[in-house]
Amino acid sequence: MMEHYPAFIVIVPFLFAFVVSGVAWIKKELCFPLTLVGLGLSAWFSVCLLRQVATTGVLKYRMGGWETPWGIGYHVDYLNGLVVTVVTVLAFINLIATRKNVTEETPEKEGAFYSLYLLFIVGLTGILLTGDLFNLYVLLEVASLTSYALIGMGSGRAPMSSLNYLFVGTVGGCFYLLGVGYLYIMTGSLNMADVATLLPKLYNSNAIVMAFIFCMVGASIKMAFFPLHMWLPNAYGFAPTAAGSLIAPLMTKVMVYVLIRLILTVFSVDFAFVVMKMGDPMVWMSSLAIVAGAVFALSQKNLKRMFCYIIVSEIGYMMGGAWLGNNAGMTGAILHILNDAIMTLCLFLCAGSIYYRTHGLELDRLKGLFLKMPVTMACFVASALSIIGVPPTCGFFSKWYLISGGLQAGQYGFVAALLFSSLVNVVLFFRVIEISYYGDFETHHGHGSSPAVVMESPASMLVPLLIVSIGLVVVGLYTCSIVNHLIAPILMQHGF
Amino acid sequence: METILSIKPLIAVLVSICVVPLLVLSKKVNVREGWTFAAAIVKLLLVLSMLPVILKGNQIVYTLAEVVPGVAIRFRVDALGMLFACVAASLWIITSAYSIGYMRGLDEHSQTRYFVFFALALSATIGVAFSANLLTLYLFYEMLSLATYPLVTHHQDKEARTSGRKYLTYILGTSIGLVLPAMMVCYHLTGTLEFASQGFLAGACNRGLAAVLLVFFIFGFAKAGIMPFHGWLPAAMVAPTPVSALLHAVAVVKVGVFSIVRIITGVFGTELLSEFNLGVVICTIASVTIIVASLIALSQDNLKRMLAFSTIGQLSYIILGVGLLSPKGITGGMLHIAMHAFGKITLFFCAGAIFVATGKRNISEMVGIGRRMPWTMGAFFVGSLSIIGLPPTGGFLSKWYLVLGTLEANQMTFLFVLLSSSLLNAAYFMPVVYRAFFPPPEKAMFENKIQEAPLFCVGPPVITAFISVALFFYPEPFFRLASMAVRFIGGN
Repeated sequence: MMEHYPAFIVIVPFLFAFVVSGVAWIKKELCFPLTLVGLGLSAWFSVCLLRQVATTGVLKYRMGGWETPWGIGYHVDYLNGLVVTVVTVLAFINLIATRKNVTEETPEKEGAFYSLYLLFIVGLTGILLTGDLFNLYVLLEVASLTSYALIGMGSGRAPMSSLNYLFVGTVGGCFYLLGVGYLYIMTGSLNMADVATLLPKLYNSNAIVMAFIFCMVGASIKMAFFPLHMWLPNAYGFAPTAAGSLIAPLMTKVMVYVLIRLILTVFSVDFAFVVMKMGDPMVWMSSLAIVAGAVFALSQKNLKRMFCYIIVSEIGYMMGGAWLGNNAGMTGAILHILNDAIMTLCLFLCAGSIYYRTHGLELDRLKGLFLKMPVTMACFVASALSIIGVPPTCGFFSKWYLISGGLQAGQYGFVAALLFSSLVNVVLFFRVIEISYYGDFETHHGHGSSPAVVMESPASMLVPLLIVSIGLVVVGLYTCSIVNHLIAPILMQHGF
Repeated sequence: METILSIKPLIAVLVSICVVPLLVLSKKVNVREGWTFAAAIVKLLLVLSMLPVILKGNQIVYTLAEVVPGVAIRFRVDALGMLFACVAASLWIITSAYSIGYMRGLDEHSQTRYFVFFALALSATIGVAFSANLLTLYLFYEMLSLATYPLVTHHQDKEARTSGRKYLTYILGTSIGLVLPAMMVCYHLTGTLEFASQGFLAGACNRGLAAVLLVFFIFGFAKAGIMPFHGWLPAAMVAPTPVSALLHAVAVVKVGVFSIVRIITGVFGTELLSEFNLGVVICTIASVTIIVASLIALSQDNLKRMLAFSTIGQLSYIILGVGLLSPKGITGGMLHIAMHAFGKITLFFCAGAIFVATGKRNISEMVGIGRRMPWTMGAFFVGSLSIIGLPPTGGFLSKWYLVLGTLEANQMTFLFVLLSSSLLNAAYFMPVVYRAFFPPPEKAMFENKIQEAPLFCVGPPVITAFISVALFFYPEPFFRLASMAVRFIGGN
């Protein structure tokens, strides 16, 4: 039983997806509980898997008993064990928190929505667990196609932005596929570990260089790395609330994982940093991404769109950390995958909770919100502090490692970009906090007691939100254990 | 010297955080105020219970969690931290009483929020006092910045918004823009951030880098109000007066100064600074602030603004004293943390009491107020004596040691700065007292019906004024704590 967990994580939601879409014809009320069970099982298996990996180190699984490199192998180590747990657990929390949004925004399409939700998780977990380059492409497309559909379910400009995302995303997928094709031509293998052993002899081949570049460009498009980010703000901004808060925190992080996996396992650190000498230019690009994302975020009038540009900026954090080429930088990047997923989820859940009451996320609609929705806004402040990087929230600690890495590598531009974005984030978030803290100056006066009209969101939204915000601090305080037990060993294996 | 492991520092920090849910859930205001007092008293008792241990020359340590390799969230109670914690914890009780009088007297809105964030701010202050390393200090420093924002902007009007913006821009801008990178560089150089008796930077950096880091830290801790990063303090005077009193005369600004003292003694170490001859840099920066702030204070008509500029000047006394790097100077600087706190809080309390009783904020409108409010203005007089540094008030002692410190360090320029600043202090405080008491009755601006403010408003300044005088005759335990801290720096 235990040895099949890697497969269960992917297959259980896959089966439930079909059950849900079928049951939707018979009894719509059953869709949500079934999804809950499917996703809950998947999350449970990932937690068990992570615990197992933490004791045994590496876990290899052969699909259908076919030996690699002929069959598809799942290869679980500390890195994807950690990320897959984050993905499934956060998706599970998001599922509970956004239930009311789903019923309100897509009332007739619950069945379709939830089965796409599950399929999206199939895609993401598959990407994370697989040890096969082509299998990764297939699951990448599963995740992408379902996210196009989920985003397209929104109202207004959502279908248009989904179409846009589809075009750009397909181009990104093609780049990756081309890269994998080149690798297959040169090595005759698709298994990551196998390719890694065959590659060192071929470092001088132009085809391998092109394969590397194609894979990198593909992943960069899918993760919205500046300047390839154009699709992201519209797609995530116009998506239905539940879809936005599912895809935005997870999809981009998983793509960062893919990039790190390609560098660490497939192409090897030597190839990326010594042969290709990609470190410096990529760190500069990342610094640019950080600054650009921050500046674009400043000009947004809508809360969710502001968050979208913050994601663009945060992608720069992770890319920069990964390309610094030292232990601290890579640690920061991997830690930030975890931290940023939690922070972004917290932000989007706050947005969801606010939207549920105000039906609009334009900044001037948020006036006086601290009085009306105190719990939601407290969580918003917590996630804002984490994004700004105030200790003891987790955002501070990944920033700590990233800055450390920047100083060690002598990349002062990157350090400056990180500090700049922290300062811009202060402005961004305190602008929102200010708007919602002060009411209308005309009707409001400073003396005497003003009756507070509390119209907080229902508990089904608030409890998950509170759990995530407390998680921000807990994960922050456990940074050292996470780094020592999960991130340091994987980096040691790969020569950092 | 022994190191004792105890959870007390953590509890002392957390006690006012733990009371927050009780404050929020209290249905009756009297119950709520009761919780505030209970937390304040428990906190003071916890701090005082550690005092004998510290006076014996021991230290108390508690590690919460190691968050980054080599750096933990850790508390360490030593003489300097104890001195500051005693001041902050004892003044919280008095200020709580005063807050009740003031907030009820003016029927302010959102009083629960007010008391909640007050409690959080106190937790952060004690946290800074007991921090064992730079990261923990930074954590609580930021927590204080954020907890005081709702207090500063309590009135929630346009003026409060402008001031709140200014407050955050200065405080967060400098702490993220200057302190964070400087801290990261320190960690990068040495792999530790733990305060040590002679710092941890010795041998890790050259003079140029040390100078840059020092400047980053001094300006970065903008709560200390070093010019040109002082602008937030006068702006923050829009806050209700108890906030100005405790936070902007005692907790917030002293946290800034305390952090700089820690940087000078615990991060760089006095020996390293003397070797690089950087003490003069600190003293020069402080001197400019002292003189300029005093000159600006002369021209202020709004009483609270005048007090704000006076605070900016007085804070730099402390930094000047420690920057002299001589034992007597450092003693004087540390003593001044306590002495100035009691003097300045008296003055703020008086300004608030006048506002509650008469609604007046400007000095020019206070002619003859001493006849109507003799207790308040009497306390004001004592407080101003302490700030000027005249006997029989505690302010005299700290200034005495500061002057001795300049002689010991043979820095006549800074002696001159201190003395001329005292004259300037007298020049801006004495006219207020004169206007209050001495003009003939027919010039008085107040009718007979004006009375003293409620007891909760008048009692606290009278008490703190009394303590200011008492500290002159009995400066223990502050004096012993300060000299112990100096001996610790000296290495024994």
